[in-house]
Amino acid sequence: MLCRVEDLDEGAARGFEVPGWRAKVIVVRKEGVVHGWRDLCPHYAGGTPMAWKRDAYLNGGRTHLACHAHGAWFDIETGVCVQGACLGKRLTRVPLRIDEAGGVHLDRPPREERP
Amino acid sequence: MNIIGPDLLVFGVDDVPACHEFLTAYGLTAREYSPETGGFYDSLDGTGLAIRRRNDPSLPPALKTGSMLRLTVLGVTDQAALDAVAAELRKDRQVLHLADGTMRCQDDQGFELAFQITIRKPLTIEGEKVNAPYHPARPVNALGVTQDMPAAPRTLSHLVLFVPDIETAVNFYCNRLGFRHTDTLGGAGPFLRPQANPDHHTHFFIRTPPYMQGIEHLAFHLGGPTELMLAGSRMMEQGYESFWGPGRHKFGSNWFWYFKSPLACNVEFDADMDTHDDSWAPREAPMGPEASQAFLMQWRAKWAPGGGPKG
Ligand code: FES
Ligand SMILES: [Fe+2]
Repeated sequence: MLCRVEDLDEGAARGFEVPGWRAKVIVVRKEGVVHGWRDLCPHYAGGTPMAWKRDAYLNGGRTHLACHAHGAWFDIETGVCVQGACLGKRLTRVPLRIDEAGGVHLDRPPREERP
Repeated sequence: MNIIGPDLLVFGVDDVPACHEFLTAYGLTAREYSPETGGFYDSLDGTGLAIRRRNDPSLPPALKTGSMLRLTVLGVTDQAALDAVAAELRKDRQVLHLADGTMRCQDDQGFELAFQITIRKPLTIEGEKVNAPYHPARPVNALGVTQDMPAAPRTLSHLVLFVPDIETAVNFYCNRLGFRHTDTLGGAGPFLRPQANPDHHTHFFIRTPPYMQGIEHLAFHLGGPTELMLAGSRMMEQGYESFWGPGRHKFGSNWFWYFKSPLACNVEFDADMDTHDDSWAPREAPMGPEASQAFLMQWRAKWAPGGGPKG
């Protein structure tokens, strides 16, 4: 389990380590729906993590996910970059499953990744 | 033209308190700060950053790309240097003389510039000294490191800009403002230094599509590699996120450690940069991991061998 839905405020984002994965999973809640994204900005090949501080994934206006290396903005629901360095590219979605108790899980068990 | 380098970078941001938190953790000293309007963030010699709200009416217009850099203030040696810059730039653009003594204009790609007689106060604190065999640089009994030693940014070092047109940028800074070209990373762009500053670079340009125009990173000089390692480690221990480093660049020889920031650009610690004069012949290397650094490391939490085998 990554977290519980009730631990995620509306409009808030948090990052979670997944054993074997080289980058975190960003879990963000918007209009009651919980979305999962890889913490990998598509500006540079291979992707780089995006927060400026632990869990600080949102832009200053709290309207978009942002990469704080160069300020690219991503739509929270679609992952599409709408401004900045990776315009038109998108984040990689991580399918999530929410159990009856409100626990947020990866929908598929994670496969080992090379670092 | 006797330009020294950046005195002040002004940003228009969405989250002033986040920038305040980040920049004070980075080691700059806040002045005239309020969460509503922003403040100044000074390094030891008085150079630094100003943070304002994005919609602050005192700011020059923003680029359309979302970059938060609103104004670059370059310091010059004296009034004669300021007059020389004004005379040169008046030839083909509007130059405003403001009441505070600064001179305002735009470069050839829409970046807002100001020039002023530099506000830098020369520092008396010494730099890091390294004891090498047969060549000790520190006095006997003087310690090389203590856990709580200061590691504050000393002076604003350089800025790196994403620009759609490198030739236009180089023409403006070299042919109009007399900057010298030190080295080139092929595929990215040139390192430039102004005439009144021997540092390897105060400006570096990276070619990008127009929708990326803006600031890529800014850097302050620290007193040496030990200060850089300490300053960066303190950031990591508090949960700030490294983007690249620590390591040591090849061109410029500067130690580097870049952190992501709420200013929509990376903010770098740098230390021990090469200096050059006009006898230097520019080098060129293709941009990439090999040319970008002599070595690269990754921070980890403190650890020590000990405790013995389990069970
Ligand atoms: S690395 Fe994310 S915007 Fe550049
Ligand atoms: Fe740099």
